[in-house]
Amino acid sequence: MTTVLECRALTRTYPGDVQALVDVGLEVAAGEFVAILGRSGSGKSTLLNLLGTLDRPTSGSVLIDGVDVTTMSDRELSGVRAQKIGFVFQQFHLSPLVSVLDNVAEGLLYAGVRHAERRRRAAVVLERLGLGHRLSYRPHLLSGGERQRVAIARAVVGDPAVLLADEPTGNLDSVNSAAVVALLRELAVTGTAVVVITHDHEVAAAMGRQIELRDGRVVTNAAAGPR
Amino acid sequence: MSRLAGTDLVRLAGRGARGHPVRFLLSALGIGIGVAAMVAVAGITQSSKAELSNLLEALGTNVLKVYPTADLRGRPSMLPRTAAPMLGSIGPVTAVSGLTVLQSEAAYRSPYVPSGQTSSVLVTSVSTDLLATLRGQVADGHWFTATEQRYPAVVLGWAAARRLGVDAPGLRLWMHQQWWVVVGVLRPLPLAPELDSSVLVGGSAAQDYLGADGTLSAVYLRVPEDQLGPVERVVPPTASPEHPELVGVSRPSDALAAKLVADATLNRLLLGLAAIGLLVGGIGVSNTMIIAALERRPEIGLRRALGATRGQIAAQFLAESLVMATAGGVLGVLLGDLVTVVYAQVQGWPLSLPLWVSGAAVLLTVLVGAVAGLYPAVKACRVPPTEALSST
Ligand SMILES: Nc1ncnc2c1ncn2[C@@H]1O[C@H](COP(=O)(O)OP(=O)(O)O)[C@@H](O)[C@H]1O
Ligand SMILES: [Mg+2]
Repeated sequence: MTTVLECRALTRTYPGDVQALVDVGLEVAAGEFVAILGRSGSGKSTLLNLLGTLDRPTSGSVLIDGVDVTTMSDRELSGVRAQKIGFVFQQFHLSPLVSVLDNVAEGLLYAGVRHAERRRRAAVVLERLGLGHRLSYRPHLLSGGERQRVAIARAVVGDPAVLLADEPTGNLDSVNSAAVVALLRELAVTGTAVVVITHDHEVAAAMGRQIELRDGRVVTNAAAGPR
Repeated sequence: MSRLAGTDLVRLAGRGARGHPVRFLLSALGIGIGVAAMVAVAGITQSSKAELSNLLEALGTNVLKVYPTADLRGRPSMLPRTAAPMLGSIGPVTAVSGLTVLQSEAAYRSPYVPSGQTSSVLVTSVSTDLLATLRGQVADGHWFTATEQRYPAVVLGWAAARRLGVDAPGLRLWMHQQWWVVVGVLRPLPLAPELDSSVLVGGSAAQDYLGADGTLSAVYLRVPEDQLGPVERVVPPTASPEHPELVGVSRPSDALAAKLVADATLNRLLLGLAAIGLLVGGIGVSNTMIIAALERRPEIGLRRALGATRGQIAAQFLAESLVMATAGGVLGVLLGDLVTVVYAQVQGWPLSLPLWVSGAAVLLTVLVGAVAGLYPAVKACRVPPTEALSST
C-alpha cells in the first residue's frame, strides 16, 4: 500500500517549554485504519493538528501524499486541507442555521466546487452513509450519532486521501460509537487513510493499528486486534 | 487557491444575518437612521428649492420696484403723482402700478375700538391693475371691480385679514369715521410682502373719501428681462425729474433668489449632523462584527480546517459587514424618502426626489460597511486553524 501520511522526527514545543510532542515518526498507508491512544495531555491532539496541517511543528516534517508540507505557505496549506484532508471533531461543529445537506456541502466550499454541484455530491454522500432521509433536517433535530455521521459526511464529501478524527465518539453512547466506528472502517476500506484519536481501548481495539503516546512520545506502534 | 464565488459570499453573509437577526437589524437600523436623516435633508432641500424656483417662474423675475428714498435730512419722501404715467411711458415697460401708504389712516373692526389699537395693519391705496402687475392671487372674494374702487370697499392682504380677524369677505371695517366693506382677501404676495399686512383701498376711493393727494410710496414695473438694465438706468430721472437722487430701484425677486442660497448653509449643517449619525451607525456595525469575530472562533477554525484561506475568512466577515450596512442604507433611503414625501405633501410643495441622492446614500453605506468591517475581518482571519480542535 502507498504511504499517504507520514511524519519524521516531529517535535512540537509550546511556549513555556511544554514539550507536547517529541521526535515522533510514523507512516500511514492508504486504506489503513489507525487509532491514536494515550492519556489526556499525552500529545494526541497536538499530533493530529500537525498531521492535519492546522499547526506547524517546532522541528521535523509532515508529508501528505508524498509532498512535504512543512515549508508551505499558509495559503498552500489551506489548499492541501481543502483537497486532501478531512476532519471530524468531538463536538461535530455543525451549523444550526442550515440543513444537513448544506452542512455537508460546506465541505466542498473551499475546494472551488460550484454551489449546485456541492449539493449534488453532498446528497450522494449522505445517501451512501444512510442519511438520505435527513437531507432537509436542521442538525439539532438529529441524534448525536446521526450528527456525527453528518460531520463525517462533510469530512469525506471532497474524497480526501486522509481522514483525521479527534475523539469522534467522545460524545456518543456505546451503540452510536460502534456505528460511527463501523462507518469509519468502511471509509478506510474504500482507500482513505483514517486516523482516529480515542482514549477508549475498546474502540481502539476495533482498528487495524494502535499508536500509543505517552508524554509526547510514541510508546506503542503495533498492528493488533481484528482487521 | 480557488476564490469564493460572489454568490457564495452573499450566501455566507446572509447566514450571518440569520444567526443573530435582532443584532443584525439593530446594527442596520443604526446606519439606516443616519442615512434616513441625510436623504430627508437632501430631499426636503430639493423639494423646497423646486418650490422656490416654481414660485420665481410663476411670478417672473422681471419686476422692478421704484420707491422714494429718505432725503438728506433723513425725512421720508414721496414720489410725485406723475411718476406712474411717466414710468409707463418708458418704451419697454409693459405694466405700471402705483401705491400709496396712507400713514394717517387706520382700520378697525368696530367704531368702539380705541383709536391707536391698529393691530399693526397699514392702509394702502392701490391702482386696480396692481394685482395683475404683481401676478397676485385672491384667496377669497374678489379684487376691486371698476366701480368698487370708487366706493368704500377694501381688499385685505393675507396677514392683515388674520390680524383683523376677518375670515370671509362681506364683513365691514371702520375707517375714517365710516364703514368699508371687505370684498376680498389676497394670498401672500411674495413680490410685495409689505402689502400682505395692508388694508387695500382703490385709488379713486382714497382720493374721494380719505383725501389722498395722489403722491406715491412705490411703483411696480414689469419690464422684459433683457431690458431690465437700461430701464433701471432711466427710472430715477423719469420718476422724479426734479429729484432723481431721491429715487431707489430694486428687484423684489432678488430676495426670493437669495433665499435659495441662504438655505444652503443651514442644509450643510443638517447634512453634517446626519453624517455624524451615519458614522455612529458605522461604529455600531463594526462593534457587532468584532463581537461576531470573537464569538465565532470555533466556526472560523472549522472553516480553516475545511480549507478556507485567511483571505476567504476575511472576505466572509467583510461581506457580512457590507450586507449589514447596505441593508441599513436601503432601509434609510426608504425612510428618508418617506419623510420627504410626507413633508412635501404637508407643505404643499412639489415633490423632488432626485435618484442620485438615494444612489449616493446607498453607495456611501457600502463604503461605511467596508470600513466598518475591515478591523473585524482582519481579527477573524487571524484566528488560528487549530481553534476548531482546541475546544476538545
Ligand atoms: N496551545 C497550547 N499552548 C500551550 N500548551 C499546550 C497547548 N496545547 C496543548 N498544550 C499542552 O501540550 C500537552 C499535550 O496536549 P494535547 O496535545 O492537547 O494532549 P491530548 O490531546 O492528548 O490530551 C499538554 O500538556 C497541554 O497542556
Ligand atoms: Mg485532545
